[in-house]
Amino acid sequence: MTTTSWASKPLAGWGRYPIVEALCARPESQSQTLNAFNEREGDAVLAHGFGRSYGDAALLSQGRVVLTRRLKKMLAFDETSGVLRVEAGVTIGELIEVFLPRGWFVPVVPGTQFVSVGGAIGCNIHGKNHGHAGCFGDHVLSMEVLLASGEVVRCSRAQHDDLFWATIGGMGLTGIILSAEIQLQAVESGAIEMESIRFNNLDEFFQISEESTDYFHTVSWIDCVKGGSQMGRGIFMRGRHASAEQAATLSEGPLERVVELVQRALDGRAFESNLLLNRATIRLFNEAYYHKHPAGELHSVVGYEPFFFPLDAVENWNYVYGKRGFLQYQMVVPEREAVRDILKVISESKMASFLAVIKEFGDQDHGGLSFPCGGTTLALDFPNFGEPLLAMMERLDALVAEVGGRIYLGKDARLSAEMFRRMYPTWEAWREVRDRWDPQGVFQSDLSRRLGLTPG
Amino acid sequence: MTVLILGATSPIAQAVADVYAAAGLSVALAARDVEEAARAASDLRIRYGVEAQGFGFDACDAFERHATLVSEVEEALGPIDVALVAFGFMGDQQASEDDFEKARRVIEINYTGAVSVCEAVARVMVSRGAGSIIGLSSVAGERGRASNYFYGSAKGALTLYLQGLRNRLASKNVHVMTVKLGFIDTPMTFELETGIPVASPKKAAAAIFQAQGRGVETFYYPRFWGGIMGVIKSIPEKVFKRLSL
Repeated sequence: MTTTSWASKPLAGWGRYPIVEALCARPESQSQTLNAFNEREGDAVLAHGFGRSYGDAALLSQGRVVLTRRLKKMLAFDETSGVLRVEAGVTIGELIEVFLPRGWFVPVVPGTQFVSVGGAIGCNIHGKNHGHAGCFGDHVLSMEVLLASGEVVRCSRAQHDDLFWATIGGMGLTGIILSAEIQLQAVESGAIEMESIRFNNLDEFFQISEESTDYFHTVSWIDCVKGGSQMGRGIFMRGRHASAEQAATLSEGPLERVVELVQRALDGRAFESNLLLNRATIRLFNEAYYHKHPAGELHSVVGYEPFFFPLDAVENWNYVYGKRGFLQYQMVVPEREAVRDILKVISESKMASFLAVIKEFGDQDHGGLSFPCGGTTLALDFPNFGEPLLAMMERLDALVAEVGGRIYLGKDARLSAEMFRRMYPTWEAWREVRDRWDPQGVFQSDLSRRLGLTPG
Repeated sequence: MTVLILGATSPIAQAVADVYAAAGLSVALAARDVEEAARAASDLRIRYGVEAQGFGFDACDAFERHATLVSEVEEALGPIDVALVAFGFMGDQQASEDDFEKARRVIEINYTGAVSVCEAVARVMVSRGAGSIIGLSSVAGERGRASNYFYGSAKGALTLYLQGLRNRLASKNVHVMTVKLGFIDTPMTFELETGIPVASPKKAAAAIFQAQGRGVETFYYPRFWGGIMGVIKSIPEKVFKRLSL
């Protein structure tokens, strides 16, 4: 049998902070994956898909990284039930490309289609439909996991349910997810019937949110530069899958126009400098984005891509932040008042977030290390301003933890172990299961070491 | 219409299979890793709604076994219109120098095995007076280099063999195409740190598909390798010996 090619490669998450040198292999098949794992020689191991988590969740600087992006075979599909079994390196985008023409959509999609199924499970990703559909893991029926023992085990709600539970949202720390069986969602079309509504402040946001419960998908952009009476102004977007008749009326609406604005602003490989995104340009952008949308409500039928994946059209938009990279801060807080406090800290910090997204989650708390729970989530992208930014984020951590909120590990690069424990009270139960399946801590990541999630 | 892919688990082979399946051809995936070939077949069936099946295949098997494979494939999926010889084995140069058994394996997989299976395919294509054989050779077969001459010489021999086969089959209406591959993003190049750009298997597959459709006889991919090899071949032996290439 040929041995695996191991090579040291620079590896980073989507935020390009931090960047580490990692010993990587890129198997082409399931059997090569098992071979690579067996050659670990006592080193820690981590699977890495497309590197779309932001921080160090998919990085392992001392150990071996198995790149899973070439493991993308579709193994079984039932046309009548919409149940699909695929290898973990298949992307959400590929699933849509193959199955949308047959009337099936991926039940939960994140803001980019370039994530792998394995990554979607590991981070138990959420989408704009959390209130109606829960997380990605809720639509997974079973998985095959390569365990620390070298065994490949199938787990589901009925079989090794503890492993199943700990792997969903388990940040890749229970084993390498080799394949998953997913329930797709039947849709009449890929188009989205949507409304976008401009709101003047946070109160209006919450009000529209409450009135939008019968919309399957909701999300809003907010301007977090503005303070005072206009703090939390933004644009609310809500939608549902369009019927075939509606899809026929698909039109170039205001959403495409704002999306285009963002895309133009981000088309930034040309700006490989740290000068492009500063407080002034971010303020300008936020003004333009807000005013581009007419006051009031707009109704349109749009394609799924600008609705779900507005930034995917800009390849490598993460490079717009220059060499220093950027940090995303996504938190959920169960109390609305806390959102106001958080926005206030940010607005006063003079550190502007370029793109800020706000949304109300459904009530479901998925437990373990899964992020979503009842409350309001806010996602902020900050250019890496260095120490002052980290200091502000620590202030935010305290605010978030204080009200029983948490931050998203899939986007984290700097949370302390102590804060993490306050934010995720279910972590110990998760850790117990993890340790049962991997007592030696074979599976690790830079994130797991930082947060004390794995032995050693 | 059926395409037979030999060495079907390599990334280039898989990408080529994708392109032909997308064009609606039935696909026979032949590989040593039978289980993986079966998985790849299910992938093609689901993605493209075509017929696809995995077959066991070892380049080092005898000619009879290769001929049997060809008839098994034709029985299952119909006449083979296109056959792609995609397998190859770089081996380890140092190990091959130390142990002839290792060198022999490199030669047999890349040359003898390829010739054997091409003959088996050519036989059925000639009998029908139609078909296309694609051989994946390498720029390494253009000039003997200290660092990989076992692999290089086997690929060089394969290039010559395909040339001869092409000449023989021209009158039988069977097309033979030689693809001289440069750096493609595969396990062979994963460890390399090279200043030369590495092409994606997907792009290589699209180029192979197009070239086969147009009846191209021999081409470099990526194309700029034609220029690079022109230069490398023109370096006098005296000088070449002193370059550590």
